[in-house]
Amino acid sequence: MSPVELQQGQEVARTIRRLAHEIVESNDGADNLVLVGLLTRGAPLAARLAAAIETFEGNLPPVGQLDVGLYRDDLAHRDPPPPIRPSDIPGTLDGSTVVLVDDVLFTGRTIRAAMDAIMDFGRPARVRLAVMVDRGHRELPIRPDFVGRNIPTASSQTIDVRLTETDGEDGIYLMEGAEQHGEH
Amino acid sequence: MVSIKPANSAGTEVGQPQGAPEPPTTVWALKDLLDTNTLSMKDLELVFETTDTMVEVRERPVGRVATLRGTTVVTLFYENSTRTRASFEIAAKALGADVINLAAATSSVGKGESLVDTVRTIEAVGADILVIRHPGSGAATLAARHTNASVINGGDGAHAHPTQALLDLYTMRQHVGDLEHRKVVIVGDVLHSRVARSNLWALRKAGAQVTLCGPSTLLPRSLESLPVHEGAGTCRVTSNLGEALEEADIVMALRIQRERQEQGLLPSLREYIRNYQITEERLGNANPNALVMHPGPMNEGVEISPEVAHGLRSVVREQVANGVAVRMAILFLMATARRR
Amino acid sequence: MSQVLIRSGRLFDPSTGLDEPSDVLIKEGYVTAIGSNLDEDGAEIVEAAGCIVTPGLIDLHAHLREPGFEQKGTIQTETEAALQGGFTTVCAMPNTDPTPDNAPAVEGLLKRIAQDAQVRVFPVGSTTVGRSGKKLSALSELADTGCVAVTDDGSPVASSSLMRNALNLAGSVGMVVAEHCDEPGLSGNGTMHEGAISELLGLAGQPDAAETASIARNIELCELTGGRLHIMHVTTARGVEQVQRAKERGLPITSEVTPSHLFLTDEAVAGGDLTPAYNTSAKINPPLRTEEDRLALLAGVNAGVIDAIATDHAPHAPEEKQCEFDLAPFGISCAETALATVTTLVARGELHLAPALRSLTQGPAEVFALQRHVPGIGTLKIGAPGDVTVFDPEEIWTVNPSQFASKGHNTPLAGIELQGRVRAVIVEGTVKHMREAPDA
Repeated sequence: MSPVELQQGQEVARTIRRLAHEIVESNDGADNLVLVGLLTRGAPLAARLAAAIETFEGNLPPVGQLDVGLYRDDLAHRDPPPPIRPSDIPGTLDGSTVVLVDDVLFTGRTIRAAMDAIMDFGRPARVRLAVMVDRGHRELPIRPDFVGRNIPTASSQTIDVRLTETDGEDGIYLMEGAEQHGEH
Repeated sequence: MVSIKPANSAGTEVGQPQGAPEPPTTVWALKDLLDTNTLSMKDLELVFETTDTMVEVRERPVGRVATLRGTTVVTLFYENSTRTRASFEIAAKALGADVINLAAATSSVGKGESLVDTVRTIEAVGADILVIRHPGSGAATLAARHTNASVINGGDGAHAHPTQALLDLYTMRQHVGDLEHRKVVIVGDVLHSRVARSNLWALRKAGAQVTLCGPSTLLPRSLESLPVHEGAGTCRVTSNLGEALEEADIVMALRIQRERQEQGLLPSLREYIRNYQITEERLGNANPNALVMHPGPMNEGVEISPEVAHGLRSVVREQVANGVAVRMAILFLMATARRR
Repeated sequence: MSQVLIRSGRLFDPSTGLDEPSDVLIKEGYVTAIGSNLDEDGAEIVEAAGCIVTPGLIDLHAHLREPGFEQKGTIQTETEAALQGGFTTVCAMPNTDPTPDNAPAVEGLLKRIAQDAQVRVFPVGSTTVGRSGKKLSALSELADTGCVAVTDDGSPVASSSLMRNALNLAGSVGMVVAEHCDEPGLSGNGTMHEGAISELLGLAGQPDAAETASIARNIELCELTGGRLHIMHVTTARGVEQVQRAKERGLPITSEVTPSHLFLTDEAVAGGDLTPAYNTSAKINPPLRTEEDRLALLAGVNAGVIDAIATDHAPHAPEEKQCEFDLAPFGISCAETALATVTTLVARGELHLAPALRSLTQGPAEVFALQRHVPGIGTLKIGAPGDVTVFDPEEIWTVNPSQFASKGHNTPLAGIELQGRVRAVIVEGTVKHMREAPDA
């Protein structure tokens, strides 16, 4: 079955702008804000959000990227195992508001790993979660603070968020079969 | 990044799910790490990429993770070695593994227990990974044959010291990038050096041109004519240091053991120093930016002059630091491969 | 009395050059008739159709380990292994404890042999007391007690003057001095052949020159004294050449090679598809050499420069070989594979049948002058002792050390297919070993 297009181009850009506004609003500005994208697709998304914030706040919040490979609880079950990559966190996180950014929220296990990981880089005052798509099926008590779209799915389906930086286009697709990449 | 060459990969290539941006990845498929000659270029790249992450982990405020919680690493050392053992121990602990150190003097080895029995006992008490250091060539191979634990050769006789070679290559890559066609000169007691052998296999796989240099009594002449895979770098064996150093990109000095003198392989240390000590003057022949390396521990003033050992070209300290990260990478790859 | 009729085989007697279909009749321990369609009522029949019938094989060089090292092997187990390997006679090496360096020690050994041996066993005494290389054994006493030769095998007689005296004194009583040719200063702590493989594996090597320097010395001493010299297990191409030249000069020199050195090279230590790396079962002294050496040894047998193929059968207890390569003792258990490796080499065209069988029968009989003790040994002439080996040169089988009669399972041939297998062995007129032909 071919992918079903749910959003594309300008719609995706609009959703990103809305998320940027929500983040700044809830933080009472962009001070102390650090956007940390989860590798792979959360990273360009975090950069986009930061750029959007800059357009209306005037300054670019620091952006980092986080690989949660070393914190996963399922290394034994994934074949092939995901490659592990260096993280890049700007400065100290002590006292800052960290917004974890990812493309799809699914079981919550990646976010659990990300929260463990982020604590190894300092002691943020707050940690928030922003996702492009929440597709349900949580296995852990985790709830996003900022959601681009809620898309109810069957567990056999996958959501594919494509970004120009990594895929050459902006778009959100619903697909049958295939494994939800990145395990969300 | 080192360029990829055709090679018999010990790992397997696995395609990513469609639409994923990552290139095909290599999966670690070796039960044991006994030498570098069993590693393909893809395996080497996997180790180096994983090491990049470990270097980053070490730089964090909390320089450790809990990834290998529940994994038991046993170091079994039949030879004194503070640095290699400490490096493995720090690496294992930085990944959250449990570490048990056994020394030949304190374990039942001293009571005449055979290596095979010792290894079986270690497996029975629950070791997942066994790091072994032994004065006999082939000891790690023997151990691996008699245990289901993953064996990492921490140096066996004059045979192999794969993690040392991996950290050496990683350090070289950090400074000179692609090793293809780079000229690497290994100087000293090559005949008795496991470091030289393991470096030779890995460097040739990476396409480097290796020259082995030392007194003729300490050179393994036949390594020059060994057949290797297509596209591999060359190996030259010579006693002429001046010639060997010409246009060298990397110079690695090996430790000279004083017992070589007693064995009559060297007339005297003075004679060795006269002909083979790596000095600033001799490095004049090499590439101006040539790196100087040493697997340690150094005999300053013997195989290497103090000026060179602590000079601008020396990356000896980086080698030690990278040693921890490379060993973390190896432990991580082997432990996660075991869990699958 | 007992009679054995070996029927329908291909009789191959290197001593007479006979090679034709023939029956052999043995009565009361001796060959009494050779010819076609022999018939004898009441004789035990050995069907030998498709098989080669030769004089019983003679092994000049076997380590039976008893007395002193019974964990490795006993006279009973190791002569049983020899028997199953097709040997009717073995010469027992003196590296036992006690060392057979005097008459009482040899008499004790002979008593054990009389009790337990499954084949004929000739004792070989030690050249020096305790094989220590310091003081000569009682050489004439050893000769009189039945030793067919002396040697310090396992070690050379390092002192040239002692070796000179040994050749002089043994020579005067007509006894051979067999020498493990090795220059210890050159072989040092080497555990394998010094060459590409030792450099690859990081193992200390023994250079060719350790053997050839010693052979050269011993040839000079042979010339100096006129004593009879037997050069044990030649392993180098240069060594074969040295022996050939000495023989051309008319010196009383003989030599042997082992089936292991004819069949394998130093690559066996590096391991392969069937064998592990650092294979301690391929650790042997003198070491397995290069392909070039192996080819020279084969040529030496084919040309008759080499007098005997001797096993150097050296069993060890399993735990003794299951250790670090440096620590493992030297030696291969090969009594049960020796003939098969030789016939495999014949099948490959690397060895010729006539010189190969001569090197296992008449050749070794002459080296230690065994005819002085048993007239006709090593031949199948009328009146020769009823020692006969019957083997199928076609049967292909896989070496499985767990089925060895020897206590030593230390073989680098485990899992390897060989062509040629012993079918029946008759010792002193008695069928001692018989194996049914496998189903076709």
